[in-house]
Amino acid sequence: MDLLAKLATISDRHMRMKALGGDAVGVVNEKLISPTRALIDGRETILAGTNNYMGITFDAECIAAGQKALAEFGTGTTGSRIANGSFSLHRELELEFATFLDRKHCIVFTTGYQANLGMMSGLAGARDTIYLDADSHSSIYDGCTLSGAKLVRFRHNDAADLDKRLARGEADEGGKLVVLEGIYSMMGDRAPLADFVEVKKKHGFQLLVDEAHSFGVLGPHGRGLADEAGLEKEVDFVVGTFSKSVGAIGGFGAGDHPYFEYLRYAMRPYMFTASSSPASIATSLAAIRKLAAEPQRRKKLAENSARLFHGFKDLGLELGCDVVSPVVAVRCPDEPSTIAMWGALLKAGVYVNIALPPGTPNKLCLLRCSVSAAHSDAEIDRIIELFGAVVAQGHGKKVANG
Amino acid sequence: MTDTVSQLCKLLEPFNTNGTVLSAATDISTDLNIDSVTVMDFVMEVEDHFDIEIPLNVLSETRTVADLAKVVEARTKKG
Repeated sequence: MDLLAKLATISDRHMRMKALGGDAVGVVNEKLISPTRALIDGRETILAGTNNYMGITFDAECIAAGQKALAEFGTGTTGSRIANGSFSLHRELELEFATFLDRKHCIVFTTGYQANLGMMSGLAGARDTIYLDADSHSSIYDGCTLSGAKLVRFRHNDAADLDKRLARGEADEGGKLVVLEGIYSMMGDRAPLADFVEVKKKHGFQLLVDEAHSFGVLGPHGRGLADEAGLEKEVDFVVGTFSKSVGAIGGFGAGDHPYFEYLRYAMRPYMFTASSSPASIATSLAAIRKLAAEPQRRKKLAENSARLFHGFKDLGLELGCDVVSPVVAVRCPDEPSTIAMWGALLKAGVYVNIALPPGTPNKLCLLRCSVSAAHSDAEIDRIIELFGAVVAQGHGKKVANG
Repeated sequence: MTDTVSQLCKLLEPFNTNGTVLSAATDISTDLNIDSVTVMDFVMEVEDHFDIEIPLNVLSETRTVADLAKVVEARTKKG
């Protein structure tokens, strides 16, 4: 039997998508004009689906740092840090991130995805249990699977549900890891951290928060949800990525545990892959220093997020969550209309993400926007105007026909 | 139909959007044409109905209602 025969259903779905509104999962940016604009299909387009929260990707100092590293350290590391050794830049970046995060230890990974694979599989093993939020990102699910631990899923953002599930596993002897996210990537909502901390006090587990979408964004220091909630002491491990607020590629895990550094020798996604390229490490280093020195980026992002959120609310759109967040998801009626509206928005000059089941919770079809500190007020207003024309007035149905 | 199977079929009904006749032999994912996330959502309902823990790890070897009934029966006995 042909191994790829099972992809026929995916092929059919992709063909239907292309016929309905375009290839929403295969967009090509022909030229990047700025952090918020690109040329797509020959048209200048506002980017509202990049997760480029700080808008730092074209920062002159970050680019100069990357160019310097490229010249001094070369194009690639050509191997794993365990086998080939680290570059001084890697250690410098880890120390800088540890300082920023106010943690004793930080380990950097080649991608954010691998940071979750590495941390889940390094922390938990076959005798342990991981309790993960139902809406966790795929990298958390995959890391959990890689760990070999017992996996128990609890209802999204429901601390009482976690409490109940922990009680069911009370007799288990292994360690227990609970995994939450600072901001959930599809709906933009935050974990109710204080509620989970109460459950932690009752049951005693180790807590990991993935701050992928909240790092740089939330909290007085920009360290994420735990920083915002004033509960960093209750969080044992933090995970994050360089591909969003840091504008590069890579990820990190951090913590204060005395054995934390030994995770390096227990995480296959850290050990058996080449480390990040010198240029990427150097731009991350420059970016984290910028984020520390320029809190106004966070403030601007919050203002832009509020502008888009309230603009959408005024249009009567149904959103992913009820709090202002840099992730603003618009709920749509069904898959065909979502695809059609996505295509109409792109043609009109705004790129947003399409999010369809099973990539979304509760079978929702979403047009997902991510806001950048680099968006101008005029750009935010244009996004609102186009959603008004395409989504609010069309209500999904009209657009599908023409 | 055993009692566990009939209870599972009842819990599965809200996820049965294509009018499949549910039985012990029903393949939860392919017969009902539901994705992996929906299967996990269904199993969460099963966990709460029987007040048991069904770790995600066992789902890879649980395809039919009968398979799931075996898991449920083994775990209700334990508790």
